[in-house]
Amino acid sequence: MTRIAIDPITRIEGHLRIEVQVDGGAVSDAWASATMFRGIELILKGRDPRDAWTITQRACGVCTTVHALGSVRAVEDALGITVPSNARILRNLIQATQYIQDHVVHFYHLHALDWVDVVSALDADAEATSKLAQSISDWPKSSTDYFQGVKDKLASYVNSGQLGPFGNAYWGHSAYKLPPEANLMAVAHYLEALDWQRDMIRAHAILGSKNPHLQTYLVGGMATPIDPTSQAALNADSIAFLQGLFRKAKEFVDKVYLPDVLAIAPFYLDWAAIGGGLGNYLSYGDFPQADGTPWLQSGFILNKDLSKVNSVDQEKIAEHVAHSWYQYDDEKKGKHPWEGETNPNFTGPKPPYKFLETDQKYSWMKAPRLADHAMEVGPLARMLVAYASGHTRVVEVVNSVLKALGAGPEALFSTLGRTAARCIETVVVAEQLEPWTNELIANIASGDIAIHEGSLWEPATWPAEAKGWGHTEAPRGSLGHWIHIQDQKTLNYQMVVPSTWNCSPRDAKGQIGPYESALIGTPIADEKMPLEVLRTIHSFDPCIACGVHLLDVDGNEINQVSVDTVENFNSPLLKVRGVR
Amino acid sequence: MFDRPAYKTLVLGVGNTLMGDEGVGVHVIERLLAGYVVPEEVQVLDGGVLGMDLLYYLEGIENLLLVDAVETHSEPGTIIRLENDEVPAFLSMKISPHQVGVPDMLAAAKFKDLYPKRLVLWGIQPEILDMGLELSPLIESKVDVLTGNLVDQLKAWGHAITS
Repeated sequence: MTRIAIDPITRIEGHLRIEVQVDGGAVSDAWASATMFRGIELILKGRDPRDAWTITQRACGVCTTVHALGSVRAVEDALGITVPSNARILRNLIQATQYIQDHVVHFYHLHALDWVDVVSALDADAEATSKLAQSISDWPKSSTDYFQGVKDKLASYVNSGQLGPFGNAYWGHSAYKLPPEANLMAVAHYLEALDWQRDMIRAHAILGSKNPHLQTYLVGGMATPIDPTSQAALNADSIAFLQGLFRKAKEFVDKVYLPDVLAIAPFYLDWAAIGGGLGNYLSYGDFPQADGTPWLQSGFILNKDLSKVNSVDQEKIAEHVAHSWYQYDDEKKGKHPWEGETNPNFTGPKPPYKFLETDQKYSWMKAPRLADHAMEVGPLARMLVAYASGHTRVVEVVNSVLKALGAGPEALFSTLGRTAARCIETVVVAEQLEPWTNELIANIASGDIAIHEGSLWEPATWPAEAKGWGHTEAPRGSLGHWIHIQDQKTLNYQMVVPSTWNCSPRDAKGQIGPYESALIGTPIADEKMPLEVLRTIHSFDPCIACGVHLLDVDGNEINQVSVDTVENFNSPLLKVRGVR
Repeated sequence: MFDRPAYKTLVLGVGNTLMGDEGVGVHVIERLLAGYVVPEEVQVLDGGVLGMDLLYYLEGIENLLLVDAVETHSEPGTIIRLENDEVPAFLSMKISPHQVGVPDMLAAAKFKDLYPKRLVLWGIQPEILDMGLELSPLIESKVDVLTGNLVDQLKAWGHAITS
């Protein structure tokens, strides 16, 4: 039996530590620990609730807009405000572009490197790569010369010794299965995605008035002026320009992202039976439609039972701290976010240490539970809830992807399923850009240029006491902001972010979290290079940035791994690790 | 009309403004914008904790001027200047998660031929990295100095900048 710690595990932002116990070549137990961005209420308490969104969106560099949206919705819920149609549609469009950009960037720039061996691409034949690319898509960048150029560039990059974004990986690992040509094609698309995402940022700049850090949200609606006759407002010209960007977005998803996933997945079909984990899936639902219902449905599924979608009651959400470095009066019980509190109580090993004391408190993440169940959140959870709820287009695309891979719905409960679901979601969301833009155009054409509901803007109009829940589905999963307003000021404010659900430690009953559960059973070919663990964790798209507090000052390398035999894992004091 | 203006220089302040001195780069950017008239070929940007998203803003520029909180294992308030290849090498010693993003952005920029010709980082050793919107009094007292450093650098690159 061997114990392995991987720390930190996210490729870009954040700090997440995974410890696994390996027994007979597979993971037999797992623990997820993360630093936590704790105590946002310390900043927000006493402040104007209408300003909370500008502050919360600073918590994360990857998902700024989703925190803005969660926050304005929390205040709108507390005060009973319904936003005008134009604001609803604009929010949906911003959210949709965020999904598409985020999912593509996650796949190519974070997750693909778990499946694609960049160094192997140097062995590819450019002509064969061209044939492969043309066999899966009519995307124009597919000539022999094009792939030869990418290969030459990659070679010069590798030969310069500066692997940059391709550093710190396990090139040559036996778990990489793609032929060199597929690897080269994926590297080419990695580079194209860098250019493509710059166009998506232009769309956000137009929709959000400013980027980075959109300035256009407002409690009650949006601040974006709509005026068909003004050049400074959202008008026919800027909407036409957006439509062009949206077409490019959709084309890349349909002709590059989806074909790549369908081309790579057959080499890794064993991963359709690995990494499933809990089998509980939660979605708050999002993209509100004209009738008030969410376009992606709300609900939760237990034990992989797609025949039953349960309805979400946010009052049944509670956060536990039995294995988290916080103190509650009674740690056998959770606390609802409106009653949430943050009393740090670090009892972990003092650095330097080798392993965490996982039978006690071991993470800065709290353990959120819905009706006492741990829940996986994210694209897979959303697609499963939509699929099981009969969302027509989701059912069609899920079934066509499953058919292409020769798999049944049970294949979705897996690491590969998570990665496929993210792509499926991108396809269906990208299809909505055009109809939602048309909805906006039609609404404006009908003479409705309202963008903000201001009747409850003045705090003097508010009740002495109000509580609200702002929920959204961020690209990474269910995001909730809870606010308690008293005498026109913020009294308490809590955020439960997607990674808190997925990275949850055990609760008082010992119920395991989604990452932890998903890792159990994962095969490990080489304990010193646990690529398989990274695949499953990365399939969740971990972003602990809004969970991050401090990092160590000595510059941890990405994916540091320490391995030890079981005899030693109770002696915690060996090596510096950065959790503070 | 929706194309990015042709900037020659990007001034980028990064940091998490919720974490006290961690956000000093953003505070310096705000001071620069409030106190000076910056010519139109210079873009001054609050980069927050963004990483790869910032690649877009490197398009077409020649000079990148970064300002950030940095770990130099020195007295709080110590100011340092780094240039060109020293910058990404130094940032691999990261003090905060957003700095994981900036070296990635620079590496990707190299690959995409977007790497700036000249790169300068003005950094300062933070004092307090804790939840809070305010800088510590010590670091606050250095914001004008850092702002002046940025102005001098912009002038050295030939930009006409006035207070």
